[in-house]
Amino acid sequence: MLKKLTLATATAFALTGGAAFAAGEGGHITDYGFSFEGPFGTYDEAQLQRGLQVYTEVCSACHGMKFVPLRTLGNEGGPNLPDDQVRAYAEFWEVYDPEIDDWRTARPTDHFPPSSMETAPDLSLMAKARAGFHGPYGTGLSQLFNGIGGAEYIASLLTSYNGEEMEQAGTILYGNDAFPGGWISMAPPIDDGWVEFADGSPNDAEAIAQDVAAFLMWAAEPKMMARKQAGLTAVLFLTVLTVLLYLTNKKLWAPVKDRAKKADHPAE
Amino acid sequence: MSGIPHDHYEPKTDAEKWLDRRLPIVGLLHSTLTIPTPRNLNWMWIWGIVLTFCLVLQIITGIVLVMHYTPDASMAFASVEHIMRNVNGGHMLRYLHANGASLFFVAVYLHIFRGLFYGSYKSPREVTWIIGMLIYLLMMGTAFMGYVLPWGQMSFWGATVITGLFGAIPFVGESIQTWLLGGPAVDNATLTRFFSLHYLFPFIIAGLVVVHIWAFHTTGNNNPTGVEVRRGSKEEAEKDTLPFWPYFVIKDLFALALIMVIFFAVVGFMPNYLGHPDNYIEANSLATPAYIVPEWYFLPFYAILRAFDAEVWVVQIVSFLSFGIIDAKFFGVLAMFGAIAVMALAPWLDTSSVRSGRYRPMFKWWFYLLLVDFMVLMWVGAMPAEGIYPYIALLGSAYWFAYFLVILPLLGVIEKPLQPVATIEDDFNAHYGKDDAADRGTVATPAE
Amino acid sequence: MSHTEDHEGTRRDFLYYATAGAGAVATGAAVWPLVNQMNPSADVQALSSILVDVGGISEGTQITVKWLGKPVFIRRRTPGEIEQARAVDLASLPDKIARNANIDGAADATDENRALGDSGEWLVQMGVCTHLGCVPLNDAGDYTGPDGVGGWFCPCHGSHYDTAGRIRRGPAPENLPVPPASFTDDATIQLG
Repeated sequence: MLKKLTLATATAFALTGGAAFAAGEGGHITDYGFSFEGPFGTYDEAQLQRGLQVYTEVCSACHGMKFVPLRTLGNEGGPNLPDDQVRAYAEFWEVYDPEIDDWRTARPTDHFPPSSMETAPDLSLMAKARAGFHGPYGTGLSQLFNGIGGAEYIASLLTSYNGEEMEQAGTILYGNDAFPGGWISMAPPIDDGWVEFADGSPNDAEAIAQDVAAFLMWAAEPKMMARKQAGLTAVLFLTVLTVLLYLTNKKLWAPVKDRAKKADHPAE
Repeated sequence: MSGIPHDHYEPKTDAEKWLDRRLPIVGLLHSTLTIPTPRNLNWMWIWGIVLTFCLVLQIITGIVLVMHYTPDASMAFASVEHIMRNVNGGHMLRYLHANGASLFFVAVYLHIFRGLFYGSYKSPREVTWIIGMLIYLLMMGTAFMGYVLPWGQMSFWGATVITGLFGAIPFVGESIQTWLLGGPAVDNATLTRFFSLHYLFPFIIAGLVVVHIWAFHTTGNNNPTGVEVRRGSKEEAEKDTLPFWPYFVIKDLFALALIMVIFFAVVGFMPNYLGHPDNYIEANSLATPAYIVPEWYFLPFYAILRAFDAEVWVVQIVSFLSFGIIDAKFFGVLAMFGAIAVMALAPWLDTSSVRSGRYRPMFKWWFYLLLVDFMVLMWVGAMPAEGIYPYIALLGSAYWFAYFLVILPLLGVIEKPLQPVATIEDDFNAHYGKDDAADRGTVATPAE
Repeated sequence: MSHTEDHEGTRRDFLYYATAGAGAVATGAAVWPLVNQMNPSADVQALSSILVDVGGISEGTQITVKWLGKPVFIRRRTPGEIEQARAVDLASLPDKIARNANIDGAADATDENRALGDSGEWLVQMGVCTHLGCVPLNDAGDYTGPDGVGGWFCPCHGSHYDTAGRIRRGPAPENLPVPPASFTDDATIQLG
């Protein structure tokens, strides 16, 4: 009874949990490998810095990241820029300050500016707001192993333009094999060599897309490392506690069970 | 408090006597903690402790989150991000709270189905059962309102859709809906009142939990055999029972620790698995997400809600007989609440003289089918209402009602139950008397 | 009690203590985050040190900036204000301690010990009256400099501060405190 019930519930739990993500007819998402995957994965500092460059040079023309404080660019486990570079980077932006009711140069304590274009969504949480994987059969179970796939979705989207265009209600839509529905209003934002990295890293479209996807994953979940670490510590410690409680429970019940055994076999 | 004879607390020192004459709280705690508990309880009797833990976890993490959260439509989403990014350990606290809700519902469903299988709802435990159902309803209300607070897209549109249900009530529906929302649509007024009630309800739940425990401490626990503890004398009762502390406390804590391992693995490594990605997009009253789906724990009842459309003949008949007052939409709402109502009425619908499903050969299979039905409804609730899914939902809903309204009353008449074991002591001894390797599951399986 | 039973008892006790200990550690570990979350969050901590651009302040004026949730007066004094502040006899001061966080806590309340830098041109101090926490008005009170510039007056209970921000008359017990401050370059002051 217990086994059946638990197993059935666990299955239903997994099934429906994933099914909640089975939204829409998703396009094809490539399962790129990222350094932050798995229980021990961490962000790649150099990749995040490259991604920041891509965001700054390309994405930020239209998109914003209004929930991400600029100072966090200096955080360990993130892009980890030195203080003076964070300050210098912040000065690149203008932000609106309600206290002086005017625009001023940004400081590290400010956030990234919001989107400058109304139709361009904010990118702060984009990597968590999109699920890349829905399979198999829309159950989302593969997320158990692949993760939800926000970064993969972003990288795939950026590299899945198929060159087709169509006009609808005055706007041009671009064919994209990763985008649900297949047509997206964002023009192809990157191509081979559009961004030049100072460290000479590959800058073909796919590499650029992965770098910026990794950066956006960090922007959406900056505490991922701390979270995994806390989770792992808790799991290990609680396993020890479970074993101790198991032994204690066994010991505690042993005399009671012993008497039960004797009572049932009076001859012995 | 308990009807089972047992030792009572005797104040020994002068200080204890002094306090006991003024406030007999030590005695109350003592008799609650050492309550005689049937010794043959199996691992399905752990969920009560898990649920208590969940309630405490949710209240504590909730109180802490409130210190940083802002219940204002223009700031709620940003304040959640503030918790996730700036507050010390805030991301863990929030993920614990969000996933804690899921654990709460896993436990409550297992707890409810435990009761349904072993006949825990039957006389004399009807009051315990009804209070449990009230707690469950309050939990659903609390969880629903809590999900609105982050003010993401799913929060907003979930609130719109669910409060829309009240609009289906004939004549007064729209006024009720407006009253609930504090305006024509979900907005700041809705958010602030949901916040207030989300904070209040858990404390009402806590109060009801005390009454729930009080009730079953009065009747004594049910147990896998459904046979009552002998109460002729203290000696006799002690053969059937063991004190709750330490025997069952330690056993339950072991189970809780094991569940915590899994829980922290989820929180640490896949905290967003049970959430919906759209809720990481700030609420926008001008753009509906492509696909609105409630949290997993609402899905079975959501499926029942959607199952009854105007095509279903039952709906057509009812609509005709009620002169169109009960339309398909309202029928769906009635069905959803009815599904919970029939469950609450189980003590009076079940006519069998035998309590535990273990001794009911036919009941067993209908019960397993109900479990499957619940899973199917949960699954179909997450699917779009098109193609074959509405038919599956309808079939599943029909069985849910049939189980409680037809099968439970009928089985009591046509089923020939097995002879239950004479005493709990016999059941316990028979189980542990067997060699470990002997096949369990045939006669008595307290620890299955 | 036989020897073996005794041994058994010790082993059982150890298991119980180990379990109780591990349980206590788990509880403690669960309590700490609940306490720690009330400490200043990262955004608040980030504001504990701020840079202030003072390039635009002309002589005889001041700006008020918010630092750690409180107002800070950054004043560029006129030679007249400085002169008046330096001419004061220390013995006549109600509070003879500098109250400057950048120097020794027991230093005298001379104007040199309160001003930022040697020229005495810059005076940085908390804009919070040491009496009951009101914000004093500048260029007001009985101890203003020449032409009525400089000096502060707290309107709540009538405390008068001189051109060095020292308490001279009224209920306030101490001079206006000078927060940790330094020049990072010619036109930028770092607070904190």
